Amino acid sequence: MRYKILTAAFAATVALNFAGPAAATDLEVTHWWTSGGEAAAVAELAKAFDATGNHWVDGAIAGSGGTARPIMISRITGGDPMGATQFNHGRQAEELVQAGLMRDLTDIATKDKWTEIVRPKSLLDSCTIGGKIYCVPVNIHSWQWLWLSNEAFKKAGVPTPKNWNEFVAAAPALEKAGIIPLAVGGQPWQASGAFDVLLAAVGGTDAFLKVYKDKDAKFAGGPEIAKVFKAADDARKMAKNTNVQDWNQATNLVITGKAGGQIMGDWAQGEFQVAGKTAGKDYTCLPGLGLNEVIATGGDAFYFPLLKDEAKSKAQEVLAETLLDPKTQVAFNLKKGSLPVRGDVDLNAANDCMKKGLAILAKGAVIPWTDQLLSQDSQKQKEDLFSEFFAKPDMTLDEAQKRFAEIIASAD
Amino acid sequence: MSNNERPNQLFRNLNAKIASIPMILTALVVFVGGTAWTVLYSFTNSKLLPRLNFVGLDQYHRLWATSRWLVSIENLLIYGAISLVFSLVIGFVLAALLDQKIRFEDTFRTIFLYPFALSFIVTGLVWQWLLNPDFGVQRVVRDLGWTSFSFDPLYNSSIVIYGISIAALWQGTGLIMCLMLAGLRGIDEDIWKAARVDGIPMWKTYLFIVIPMMRPVFITTLVIIAAGIVKVYDLVVAQTSGGPGIASEVPAKYVYDYMFFAQNLGQGFAASTMMLLSVVIVIVPWAYLEFGGRKRG
Repeated sequence: MRYKILTAAFAATVALNFAGPAAATDLEVTHWWTSGGEAAAVAELAKAFDATGNHWVDGAIAGSGGTARPIMISRITGGDPMGATQFNHGRQAEELVQAGLMRDLTDIATKDKWTEIVRPKSLLDSCTIGGKIYCVPVNIHSWQWLWLSNEAFKKAGVPTPKNWNEFVAAAPALEKAGIIPLAVGGQPWQASGAFDVLLAAVGGTDAFLKVYKDKDAKFAGGPEIAKVFKAADDARKMAKNTNVQDWNQATNLVITGKAGGQIMGDWAQGEFQVAGKTAGKDYTCLPGLGLNEVIATGGDAFYFPLLKDEAKSKAQEVLAETLLDPKTQVAFNLKKGSLPVRGDVDLNAANDCMKKGLAILAKGAVIPWTDQLLSQDSQKQKEDLFSEFFAKPDMTLDEAQKRFAEIIASAD
Repeated sequence: MSNNERPNQLFRNLNAKIASIPMILTALVVFVGGTAWTVLYSFTNSKLLPRLNFVGLDQYHRLWATSRWLVSIENLLIYGAISLVFSLVIGFVLAALLDQKIRFEDTFRTIFLYPFALSFIVTGLVWQWLLNPDFGVQRVVRDLGWTSFSFDPLYNSSIVIYGISIAALWQGTGLIMCLMLAGLRGIDEDIWKAARVDGIPMWKTYLFIVIPMMRPVFITTLVIIAAGIVKVYDLVVAQTSGGPGIASEVPAKYVYDYMFFAQNLGQGFAASTMMLLSVVIVIVPWAYLEFGGRKRG
């Protein structure tokens, strides 16, 4: 009830809309971009925002989204909201919006014609709740990538694989050369994400949607998904010697040639870039694991909590516009290794891998990602299952699949 | 004034009673109220924000069907048994040794108590490094020439909880030792003299005379250890964050993860209610025996 009154009060103040001079306003922005490549990218956003005469107060929270989100949410629900905050667009902030804690951006969106410039359309759809737009998508991140170290395969004396099956076949040669075939870090979301990628690549787009969108538990327990579990079993065996936790440490194993490859989203690309590696020469990227070339339109977005301070509310609007500015989009996404959310920007500077991604995007071979399809609760259960699966070599495929089907049956 | 009228009990020490009202309110509202609220909402399907939409025992059914929760409970039992037995035994033996009027007692006491000054997070990180196969004990022994030596408890699902227990014991036994030492110092010198006159060997004196006399100290210690066991969380987060896989998960971590990561308050509340229940099962009979008994005696 209190929130409703607050909302009404805000609506009133916003409607007055004083056209005062743009004084420098501090706006705290929280995010979980802390690895080398990510920090370089977020610095671009800060630079662009500072150029508007406001001041970006960086609120980076280390330890990936899983650690950062609870902190952000408890700040918002606890009455100490930041100026703006990163979430993966989709369902992570759903309840915050329903509780009226987030700011409705529909006015700005209509003014700047977001519906026309943002592509693919599904991005804005996942920012929309009840017909109103609540977030600004800033990039498209797709999970469906296999990153391979050319150096590692040279050392093992096998050609760099062109798809997942060849990669599995090359695993024994890599192991013989003392190289970990597949790097999977110990954080639960990595194992769970790798499985989802396998599901979309080995099982195909339809299977992916049937499981996660239609939540067909019978199908999830059936023979087609059993094939995916077989592939996950290969991955588990190939990853058994990875002794690192964080995803960027696992990526680093690939960069240094200690591991053959990694299934990781395109944010890994930023790490290759910071390490001074060239796509195509030092490393190879295979979208959709080389089997099913689709990319998911997950990604990052900024949400704006409702604020009392009028100057800050103005600054929020400026930030929302800055984030979608073509120049910011290019500078940010090049550093981040992700794809821009608007199709009308010039990306000549993009490297090999990003161009592959852009081509797939242009073809329209996109699928929604699990952040958009499943609640955090179901995601967490999935993470628990797959982190156990990857760490426990004696867990049978049947048992894992049975539990997977149960999660899908109760998923929301 | 009539002769036999006693002043009203309610108004005796009135100042003291008024002064303690804030604390009583805090205890009632924060502890009792918070607990009741949590238990109530554990019967709802609250997600990110609390909602009063009752679903009966659904959260509990799901909880006890979740393999991660079962692993957590099993880990807690193993960890609990180890901490309880070893910290009591080691703590008491160390205290008994220090009690032999040795030289440099202060120095030893400081050394043993020192780890307790560190938080569980720091302890966990220190032991994570020590037990890391690439940097810690295993590496040192291998560098000494024993190349087949293998010691990586934190990376082995079946023994990871023991690796965590080592760190907990290192951190906690110092305090137990101090409590025990205080208890030993409270034993009258004459009892020792009497035992010596009777020709009772020292170990027997400890076992059959001193320890029974130290009952209050043991009870206090037991409560401190037990509370530490149930709430273990930060040590696990710092050492393994529940890994490998879910092999070192503990109930407190389940509560936190489901309340905040999974945005499922109902499930987290159900798990914390189960934790409360386990504490109640241990504490209530003990408190009844201890305090209820004393009043009569």
